[in-house]
Amino acid sequence: MCTMIAHQAKIEGRGKSGEDWFEVREANVSYDHPYDMPLEHALNIDFVNETAGPSARVAVELSIEAARKLVQTIEAVLAQAEQRGVLEDRLQAASR
Amino acid sequence: MYQTNQYEGMLAETITMQGHKGDAINAYVARPLGAGPHPGMVVIHHAPGWDEWYRECTRRFAHHGYVAISPNLYFRDGHGTPEDVGAKVRAGGGIPDEQVLGDLDGANKLLRSLPYVSSKVGVFGTCSGGRHGFLAACRLKNFDALVECWGGRVVQSKEEVTPKQPVAPIDYTKDLPCPMIGLFGNDDKSPSPEQVNLHEAELKKHGKNYEFHRYDGAGHGFFYYDRPAYRQEQAVDGWKKLFAFCEKNLR
Repeated sequence: MCTMIAHQAKIEGRGKSGEDWFEVREANVSYDHPYDMPLEHALNIDFVNETAGPSARVAVELSIEAARKLVQTIEAVLAQAEQRGVLEDRLQAASR
Repeated sequence: MYQTNQYEGMLAETITMQGHKGDAINAYVARPLGAGPHPGMVVIHHAPGWDEWYRECTRRFAHHGYVAISPNLYFRDGHGTPEDVGAKVRAGGGIPDEQVLGDLDGANKLLRSLPYVSSKVGVFGTCSGGRHGFLAACRLKNFDALVECWGGRVVQSKEEVTPKQPVAPIDYTKDLPCPMIGLFGNDDKSPSPEQVNLHEAELKKHGKNYEFHRYDGAGHGFFYYDRPAYRQEQAVDGWKKLFAFCEKNLR
């Protein structure tokens, strides 16, 4: 917690914690102390649902290099899907 | 030094106490058996949470003859594993300094109300708890000794000031009323050696009673045996120095 560098994004999605899936409403992104990664600071992402309590959480802790690679990969996948015209927003998916 | 024929006993349990604004929060208390009077120690958990290491740390102080209390500063953020609750607090940018001070004041007053606690109560903290410890010693003015271990963000730049942490603790240095010991790793980034220099210069400027020990080959959290940051030699020496400091100032 010693950097206090944390941002929250309101998102929609589903996350799996143990055997169960739950609705994810927030992504908490921080650059601070990780719990398991053997680094003093890591890029931490917690997918959570604040209405469901602290245990509704899917956590990842990444090195800086891994975090940047992840961002690039997500962007590349979305760009490819957009290029093929297969990107769907939530309303289109819900109308099926 | 303990002798093999010495009687020893300890009681450790979770209790409910009054924190900031009279809120009921939980706390872990460990104390040596016997009438005392024993000195007290408020043990402030670190940013990752109110976790097993801190329970052991609380018992360690009891093992050394202190009535130790570790309030759950994240009580209001819900319950779950210490990691899950700590991650929630991390995402929220920590907890408000004023709330922390209220909880630590409550812990101090509870200790002082107990018949087996002497008139001396110290405060100990690591990481954000080290920062909170320094803040509490300066602001509450009712601790008799301060043990600050690698307090991150005691020195805060203007960009690091937030509504929850509105004043850099170093700005309160002139108000520190008790002796302090500070333990730091020279490979730490928060606090960096430069920040520790500023911290020390401010203490010196105001003529405070302090001792700093700065360890080569150690970074942040070098006491944490469950993390790669653990440094056996430096940790053993650090514990030895801090207990010597406590014996001198709290007995």
